[in-house]
Amino acid sequence: MSAGANPYDVAVVGAGPAGLAAAAITAGAGLTTLLLDENPTPGGQIYRAVTTTPLKERSILGGDYWAGAALVAEAQASGAEIVKGATVWSLDATRELAASWAGISRFIKARRVILATGALERPFPVPGWTLPGVMTAGALQTLLKCSGLVPDGRLVLAGTGPLLWLLAAQLLRAGARIEALLDTTPRANYLRALPHVPAFAISRYAAKGVALRREVARQVEVVRGITRLRAEGQGGLASVAFETGSGERRLTADVLALHQGVVPNVNLAMAAGIAHRWHPVQLCWVPVLDAAGNTPIDGIAIAGDGAGIGGALAAEAQGRLAGLAAVAAVAPERLARVPDRQLYAQALARAQRGRALLDQLFAPPRWSRLPEGDTIVCRCEEVTAGQLLEAVRMGAMGPNQAKAFLRCGMGPCQGRLCGLTVTELIGKARAVTPAEVGYFRLRPPVKPITLAELAAMAHTQRAVAAVVRE
Amino acid sequence: MLRRLLEEGQRVCVTIDGKPVTARVGDSVAAAMLSCGLLSCRTTPISGEKRAPYCMMGVCFECLVTIDGVNNRQGCLIEVSEGMRIDTQHGRRAVE
Repeated sequence: MSAGANPYDVAVVGAGPAGLAAAAITAGAGLTTLLLDENPTPGGQIYRAVTTTPLKERSILGGDYWAGAALVAEAQASGAEIVKGATVWSLDATRELAASWAGISRFIKARRVILATGALERPFPVPGWTLPGVMTAGALQTLLKCSGLVPDGRLVLAGTGPLLWLLAAQLLRAGARIEALLDTTPRANYLRALPHVPAFAISRYAAKGVALRREVARQVEVVRGITRLRAEGQGGLASVAFETGSGERRLTADVLALHQGVVPNVNLAMAAGIAHRWHPVQLCWVPVLDAAGNTPIDGIAIAGDGAGIGGALAAEAQGRLAGLAAVAAVAPERLARVPDRQLYAQALARAQRGRALLDQLFAPPRWSRLPEGDTIVCRCEEVTAGQLLEAVRMGAMGPNQAKAFLRCGMGPCQGRLCGLTVTELIGKARAVTPAEVGYFRLRPPVKPITLAELAAMAHTQRAVAAVVRE
Repeated sequence: MLRRLLEEGQRVCVTIDGKPVTARVGDSVAAAMLSCGLLSCRTTPISGEKRAPYCMMGVCFECLVTIDGVNNRQGCLIEVSEGMRIDTQHGRRAVE
């Protein structure tokens, strides 16, 4: 498939709830809209494979998952050009995107760009987290959604956050056996969350959360307040060790699912030059946006979890609002053809109710964010916490100096799995805040592409003249 | 390590390190490898330790494999297709 209407009125990056909703609005208003997504099917991670999953027994994944099918159908019917398997690897201030699909990279221009790149799971750097057999909770959920695969053997879940409990419930409904759920939520979090209980109690998350926890606790041993989690084994997971209030325990395990919340996927936005700030409660970087989701770069907006974690329903409402803003900017006369923004602003407020409690209750503890000694921080370049701290002692004041010392953050994942850990560890060592430490300087290509693909791109005469000697 | 809830669904035949393997339409390369009992998909270029798919959503790059002769492909983002050649990767690449 070629990019048919290039330049487009609107380019949307990411086909999760925010991107689908944004594209449905802009294409529905008659704007030429290109929706690019890296995955083989639309839906993002939350509605992953909702149109193709082999799991037809709807109770396994639950009603909130299946609600995504209507959103995918709406975007598909909107007239938006949806390209699957498309990796966006560059975006600049002139709103020129570079994207790769079907082995070919191309430049795409758009009058408005909406980034809906969503979230990824927070790094969980504990000893042994690189062993085969250790995966993220999201990975097991993806295997379930896309392929109907469930762990066979001794399965242990560990960490904190709503997704961990949802995954446990979904796997149990699918017939899996879970040896234990090791809950790392510190007891102090319950106290910090207390002031937010009234708002949470009337949110849609309360009933679902309580029901999920009951469903899981009925069938699985839940060990609360564990610390010093580690995965053990030679060349593969053999056991999971941890500490409880009453001493150390060790469980034989074939699969360990780790999860301690999700954080914005910031790589493309940062590489585009959009400023980010440290979010002291969500403990991650979030883009600096105005109330409508606009970045300081003219014509580029961010919607969904990439703008700060808010969940699927908030993402969908933000996507619709970003879509409306794009219509207002490009073709204001067509605003009469789209629903009123008030509708979505209210939906967003409803979806955000209760989030403050989730942020406090599921804030990951320090011990599982700040590893020590031989624990690997950067999985790609195999850099340990001890090496990083030594580099700080030798004068590496920030993540970018740490790259020069150790190559940490310079492997193929480009810091996605170590960046937060590196920032927080350096901050701890220097006794300064993460905001002062800063983050890796990210540059395009934000995902690796082959040199052959780069060379095969259409180049302007000026670009060729700049590098070819007559 | 993993089992399939449902055995129906259209099958495709692929090879993993030259060995014929059956997968299902809609499986990613990484899912197909895990479903046939493969515990790791590569060894690292630094220490040579074994790694396996970790995030399954395109961010961790642990599932890098060689697909139809092109190396360092993200196995979790690419769906299997009939006749696909999948090869595990071992350590650092040498100059040919």
